[in-house]
Amino acid sequence: MKVGVVTFPGSNSDVDALNALAVAGVDPVTLWHESPDLEGVSAVILPGGFAYGDYIRAGVIARFSPVLRGVKAFAASGGYVLGICNGFQVLAESGLVPGALLRNRSLRFACRVVAIGPERLDSPFTRAASGAPIHIPIAHGEGCYYADEATLDALEANGQVLFRYVRNDGSPAIDPDEAANPNGSLRAIAGVCNAAGNVAGLMPHPERMSEAILGTDEGMQLIRSLVESAADWEAAGRPATVAGPTAGRAAPATDRAPAAARGNA
Amino acid sequence: MSEFRFAVNVLPKPGILDPQGRAVESSLPHLNVTSVSRVRVGRRAELTVTAGTEAEARVVVDGLARELLSNPLIETYAIELLEGTSSAISREAPAQ
Repeated sequence: MKVGVVTFPGSNSDVDALNALAVAGVDPVTLWHESPDLEGVSAVILPGGFAYGDYIRAGVIARFSPVLRGVKAFAASGGYVLGICNGFQVLAESGLVPGALLRNRSLRFACRVVAIGPERLDSPFTRAASGAPIHIPIAHGEGCYYADEATLDALEANGQVLFRYVRNDGSPAIDPDEAANPNGSLRAIAGVCNAAGNVAGLMPHPERMSEAILGTDEGMQLIRSLVESAADWEAAGRPATVAGPTAGRAAPATDRAPAAARGNA
Repeated sequence: MSEFRFAVNVLPKPGILDPQGRAVESSLPHLNVTSVSRVRVGRRAELTVTAGTEAEARVVVDGLARELLSNPLIETYAIELLEGTSSAISREAPAQ
């Protein structure tokens, strides 16, 4: 099984992601940003880095790259897409996951190991997680998760919050100014997924702690979750609809609306 | 066709945390300035559009402002026609 990692100009964690996939036992494939062809991969990772220099806003120029056309079609067809750090910013700017990533509340680039807690273990992106806090690094200047209150309520009601920054005792670091919340994210949100449940983004880097030689392999829980979900999706004949987090729940939260429907003050 | 020169001014939405604005405010005491508050920092892009009319040009600018230059979830934008540019350039390059 092949899993793709997109390389944008400015990506810097693409090789780490390829390595983590190889450790997880799948064939890692580099996908170049200038081609919409995903080469038949079974899942896609948008890696960390500074795509197109992060000019204007992190992720926005990548949104218009040819490979994103392929990624959007892949996601619409039920394929699994995971955005890590800058990849999360690309997904948010593309409207593939809800919300936006603002400059860190501290104004500082934050580069350290943090603890995140998976909110649920029945999602395609957390199914191989133990449930204990996961210690993996962050490295970002714009990681402060933002959505309006109504959207945040809907995300929580729909089970679309996948990860939160947590304190030593495992409780969520809700206060945006507390040390365990490294960037001031609202409701301590470190990762979310779309309403369908097949596209997810998170700011911390599971691929950078995916082998014992890197310190710990705690991040491998999330890489393995993606790989297992992709394998099941292939085994089921690539179904267009996946068992999303909203199954049996209330109406889904809307992701960033199409351009024509968006107002502007 | 004429050329129209626009500026697009983008600002964080009211109520959205603006760390750059806060950083500017925190520097004010070092300048002995006490009369300034509520600083918001955004970005400005200037661009030239070739179009038949100003209205057509504005449609192009508005689309760019909405899709690329701003993120409507967190920012607002205002489009400004830079003075004198359209008439001056349209004399140089009269419509075919």
